[in-house]
Amino acid sequence: MLNPNLKLNENMFAEKPEVDATRTGFGKGLVALGDSDPNVVALCADLTESTKVEEFAKKYPDRYFEAGVAEQNMAAMAAGLGVSGKVAFIASYATFSPGKNWETIRTTVAYNNSNVKIAGHHSGLMTGPDGATHQATEDIASVRVWPNIQVVVPCDSIEAEKATVAAGKITTPVYLRFSRDKSPIMTTKDTPYDGKIQEFWTTDNPQVVIFGTGWLLYQALLAAKELEEEKINVVVANVASIKPLDQEKVVELAKKTGAVITVEDHQAAGGLGGAIAEVLAKNLPTPMEFIGLQDTFGETGTPLELIKKFKMDKDAIISAVKKAIERKTA
Amino acid sequence: MLEDINDEKLKDLELKAVEARELVIEALLEAGSGHSAGPLGMADIFIAMYFHVLNHDPKNPTWADRDRLVLSNGHICPIQYVALAMSGYFPVEELKTLRKFGSRLQGHPHRGALPGIETTSGPLGEGISQSIGMALAGKLDKKNYHVYCLTSDGEHQEGNTWEAIMAAAKYKLDNLIVVIDRNNIQIDGYTENVMPLDYLTAKYESFNWFVQEVDGHNIRAFNTAVNQAKAVHQKPSVIIAHTIPGKGVDFMENLPEWHGKPPGKEEADKALNELRTLQGKIEKGV
Repeated sequence: MLNPNLKLNENMFAEKPEVDATRTGFGKGLVALGDSDPNVVALCADLTESTKVEEFAKKYPDRYFEAGVAEQNMAAMAAGLGVSGKVAFIASYATFSPGKNWETIRTTVAYNNSNVKIAGHHSGLMTGPDGATHQATEDIASVRVWPNIQVVVPCDSIEAEKATVAAGKITTPVYLRFSRDKSPIMTTKDTPYDGKIQEFWTTDNPQVVIFGTGWLLYQALLAAKELEEEKINVVVANVASIKPLDQEKVVELAKKTGAVITVEDHQAAGGLGGAIAEVLAKNLPTPMEFIGLQDTFGETGTPLELIKKFKMDKDAIISAVKKAIERKTA
Repeated sequence: MLEDINDEKLKDLELKAVEARELVIEALLEAGSGHSAGPLGMADIFIAMYFHVLNHDPKNPTWADRDRLVLSNGHICPIQYVALAMSGYFPVEELKTLRKFGSRLQGHPHRGALPGIETTSGPLGEGISQSIGMALAGKLDKKNYHVYCLTSDGEHQEGNTWEAIMAAAKYKLDNLIVVIDRNNIQIDGYTENVMPLDYLTAKYESFNWFVQEVDGHNIRAFNTAVNQAKAVHQKPSVIIAHTIPGKGVDFMENLPEWHGKPPGKEEADKALNELRTLQGKIEKGV
């Protein structure tokens, strides 16, 4: 059942649930930060509309810097602003930033510990029709290994707004990962947001824990609901903060269930699954199944067509749960 | 505006530049690795910056109104470390810890490691961009400080450098002054063979910058150029400083092979002898 303590959206399983894009939440959060802190500035690489920096740029033109199609310069300009008392947000598609400008961010933002927030948009297969060139599917893996940086993947637009505001209130670098399409809203304004892992779906005597991040968490919740009808009990946990990772909760839930699934719109290697596996290998080796891209690039299609093809949808999660249960009882 | 440099002041700065070169040689010998040619070639400009041009306070390195100096080609940091030490940011004796375990003098400059380092640099092509960020912050905060970005010619082969050159002109950053160490060498050889850069003047002018060329070993001319640059409105400025890599040490001058290596003991002794002779000549005014 949905965890009543988290004040989640009770209508999320309606035939047509309320939907919005996480990038929309980012845009709102950025404006809210601009309203409350005159030191917040934003930069974008010729994608203000699709990264939702547009509202901030219109409302605060003096604090918005268009960088043109030049992601390396955008990142290092932001680093210079960040060491000069500003809170600098940079926005582009994640394949370009932190993709194309990876080393620039490594040196001038992460190592330099400059007050820069990197908003990586159009992440994952959800980018859909644009195809694999524009579907960032390695970004979590490539940035979470940097010291000094936090990595946050909001699950819906409401959480995205909260995560953006929270990122603007700390002085160290943060990577925020957003998606393009509208997806079901799972949380409400009253759902707490504190960087800890939250059990969105709870049950007595769970057999498996599913750790999910980003919009695909909804597929995990759909799976949990269907599995309940088959008398298979699972926990679905939302991991918004991949770094720092709520390690205690990872171990606690792995111990309680004895089998772990990770779900992310990203390569199965190196992202959320990798982070969880690192914690468990050190503390409590546990059978795991990884839902994500299996060392392959995406392609053109709708998000739902793509997650079906690449075995990242509700049905694939259900199969993974059953496989994990077999593995732990074998 | 900067004060003119009278004869007495010029002599003092020139002597300091020779002393700086000696300290560079000693630090590199002690370190056993590092770059020789660039630091020696930029000694005159670094001394001019820290002892005349910059509005700074070594005892208060985070003073909000200070001028910022960003070293984009971080590999020539030995000369920046020497200039920082000589001007009082930290003890001169500490220069001998360059590149050693536990030292504040990291192999490339790192913000927070050492007072006076404004930002982390080393990977080429990132300094002008970061300087733009600092210059934009200065404008937003209505501060009067200038941002000086010292770069190399070789790093103008980086695409990021040209992204920055476009952006600085777009934002009309008249509080940004870029100084290029035009010494014509890089690790693999002469710049014009590795990847031709000429003519930087025409390139910068076409990107809408105010461009000047100076002899990078003529401190008085450099000072005049900085004054000209500060007088420009609505445009960023670049000073292309023609320098001799390895300047002051005869057997290192103009040779790409000295770009990326330190002197050995005998070479260091020879270099120091030569520099001390030069010092004597300047003192006697010959």
